[in-house]
Amino acid sequence: METLLSLTVGVLVAAAVYLMLQRDLLRFLFGLTLISNAANLLIFTSGQLTSGRPPLVPQGAKAPLPGVANALPQALVLTAVVIGFGLFAFSLVLTLRAYTDLGTLKTDDMRVAEPREEEQDA
Amino acid sequence: MAEHDPNPSQGWTAAGYVPPVIAAGLFLTFLQALPTIAGGGTLRYSFSWIPSLSVDLSFFVDGLSLTFALLISGIGVMVMLFSGSYLKGHPQHGRFSLYLVSFMLAMLGLVLSDNMLGLFVFWELTTITSYLLIGFSHTSENSRRSALQALFVTGFGGLAMLAGFLIIAGIAGTMELSELRGMGDILRDNSMYGAILVLILLGAFTKSAQVPFHFWLPNAMAAPTPVSAYLHSATMVKGGVYLLARMHPTLSGTDAWLWSLTIFGAVTAVFASIMAIKQTDLKQTLAYTTLMALGTLVMFLASPNAYAITAVATFLVVHSLYKAALFLVIGCVDHATGTRDARRLGGLMRQMPVTTVAAGLAALSMAGVPPFIGFIGKELLYKGGLESPSVGPILIGATLAASALMFAAGGIVALRPFWGSADKMPDPGRPITEAPWPMLVGPVLLSVLGLLFGLVPHMLEVNVTTPLVAALLGDPAKAKHLHLWAGVNAALILSLITFAIGILLYLLHTRLRDALEAAGDRLFTFDGLWDGFLARLGRFARWQGGLIQSGILNRYLTTVFIVIALGLASAMIHTRMSTGPIAIPTPEFKHLVVFLLTFAGTALTIITNSRISAIAGLGVVGIGVALIFILFSAPDVAITQLLVEMLVVVLFSVAALRLPVLPRRTGKRERIGHGIIAVSVGSLVTLTLLGVVSEPIDRRLSDFFEIASYPDAYGRNIVNVILVDFRAFDTFGEVSVVAVAALAALALLRQRGKGGRS
Repeated sequence: METLLSLTVGVLVAAAVYLMLQRDLLRFLFGLTLISNAANLLIFTSGQLTSGRPPLVPQGAKAPLPGVANALPQALVLTAVVIGFGLFAFSLVLTLRAYTDLGTLKTDDMRVAEPREEEQDA
Repeated sequence: MAEHDPNPSQGWTAAGYVPPVIAAGLFLTFLQALPTIAGGGTLRYSFSWIPSLSVDLSFFVDGLSLTFALLISGIGVMVMLFSGSYLKGHPQHGRFSLYLVSFMLAMLGLVLSDNMLGLFVFWELTTITSYLLIGFSHTSENSRRSALQALFVTGFGGLAMLAGFLIIAGIAGTMELSELRGMGDILRDNSMYGAILVLILLGAFTKSAQVPFHFWLPNAMAAPTPVSAYLHSATMVKGGVYLLARMHPTLSGTDAWLWSLTIFGAVTAVFASIMAIKQTDLKQTLAYTTLMALGTLVMFLASPNAYAITAVATFLVVHSLYKAALFLVIGCVDHATGTRDARRLGGLMRQMPVTTVAAGLAALSMAGVPPFIGFIGKELLYKGGLESPSVGPILIGATLAASALMFAAGGIVALRPFWGSADKMPDPGRPITEAPWPMLVGPVLLSVLGLLFGLVPHMLEVNVTTPLVAALLGDPAKAKHLHLWAGVNAALILSLITFAIGILLYLLHTRLRDALEAAGDRLFTFDGLWDGFLARLGRFARWQGGLIQSGILNRYLTTVFIVIALGLASAMIHTRMSTGPIAIPTPEFKHLVVFLLTFAGTALTIITNSRISAIAGLGVVGIGVALIFILFSAPDVAITQLLVEMLVVVLFSVAALRLPVLPRRTGKRERIGHGIIAVSVGSLVTLTLLGVVSEPIDRRLSDFFEIASYPDAYGRNIVNVILVDFRAFDTFGEVSVVAVAALAALALLRQRGKGGRS
């Protein structure tokens, strides 16, 4: 299973990189969403995969049954999912804002902070 | 033109009288050390500065540093008195005084430092204060340019010198110059000696303006006249000479030292003397004669001969006295007449008798006429040349040429303006009068000292030259005597030849000047080269900036991803990471469905040109990932993921209403390039992950959480317990991040249309 999941992570990363390299802010955001999914899966996979044994302590017991899923990467990923969402939401609003102000989503035309040479001289 | 017309009605302010008082106090302090040093002793003071780097703030007083300290503080008194009057009423007088006093303190630190790092720091402080003083008239573009040029050239040399110091410290194991004196053999035999010599010489030659680094010094004359007299004649430019003298016991005695100093010094001395004749601005004439003096000093430091070193000691003092006096004289003339043009000045003897006398005395010393100390200095130079092996003819030849031209320059500066015809004198619009007394004290006292020392050379010998020679050669007995009359010998005959040529040159100097003028205005000035260098440097910086910081997001991202790919690849090769035997999976049906779903969603997002399709594709990927979490025992993560994924789709859809349609994808060739980068990064991530999962996992933390979850935190859902109990602060931080993101988003949405560009 790890093989298939590793492949999935690779595919997601490749797709995300490809989208981010397009010269368009909206596609960049798609890439951002994909790459955060990929990162979460990567952490999750490297923490060992266990089928059908969630990390719970049964009623009456003081410790979970042996062989339950690794709880630590799950906790990390849970945090990452939420943070990823915060990042996404903020980037989306920034994109909206940029579009209202600049009238374009083409990253090549967004040169306010680093203007071209000739604009600088002007 | 005078930089400023003082307002005589105004009284002396603190900016006027505080600096000379400080300088006088320092001078008297140093004077008290004179008996000790003249008696053969040395003084050392040390304060711990950066103990962890074994850097101390230490000061060392011997014949060499005391001579410099006395010159700096003594001439400082005169120059500061002069400038108190010269700049009286100037709106920035206070600033000027601050710079000048700061410079004096830095220069004193330079010559008194025992620690090489301390010396470097003071060295750079003199460079910076010099920059501020040259650029004092900061509204003038020429001043700014000259200031920057001096800063660059001497700053570069300072850094080279620092590198040389560090190599020396690495070999000798000490930063203290006083300890280095006995370590000459270790350094000279070291394979790094060549590098040390080059670096130290770079420092000395830039500071003391040796050809080919000389061009900044004449330009530095853009500074007010007292600054030229002080920094760029008597003190700072001698910093390089001081460095060479200080390093003399440690680094001299090799052929490399002998020839490099001789050749650079000789070229500078002769070149500068010729250039001095060419100038019409009296200040420029003096600037080039300063270059000549610096070249001579460097040239004679080459030789280990005791006569040569005694000559250096004498000429150092001689030059400082007459040159500071002459600069101040020019300042007085400029102040009175409003011009410094040698072709126009004349007949000032009647209106300015005191200045005339001072100028005459100083010029006679410069010309090397007996009984002035300048004569003794020149005799010693010839004697040093005659006694020096191998390089002797060069020393004598260069000294002869330079001294003869110096004789003529003395005439140009001190004879013509005062005794020559006043036909072409401009009308300054007010009667020409003698400068006020604070401006006259300096030139008069300094030029009279030149005569006094000449008449009683013993005074100079006991207090200055003998201790200085002892500091360099290690033995006061080696110092030669200073005589006004040493009998008829070769040196005297050379002197007479000098006078003959000098008189001839003076008589011909206007014709010489015209001839040199015809040879080209910018000939040998290096200014054109310098400007070209700066322009090219600017272009290079712009080109490099454009290359690295293009302002195009795509290029930044491409770089980032390529670096990630290379980093991952090199890490895998470096650690010889293997993926282990890759298990060919026989996937269960449900797994297969989930993966196919995820792939399909990804593919859709990439391919489509429709926003809604892309968002749908993203949603599918999100659900697929959530399903993976469910399949592999992570229900809590799956729930969060589902929730987030729905929100993402909703937000995207809402935003899409206000965003433009997706543009067509970029050109085919570019897409192939992007595809290669994307696939490389993706496959490397896959390989890395395969390598990671093939390693055994360390479950110590997980085991702890499993055991502690219920007994310590009373929670049965271990993931939840980790989040809200064991790692509660992390979760708190996470909540804060989301809250800040929400607030920021709100702010961005609220602030509609403001700050926008049409």
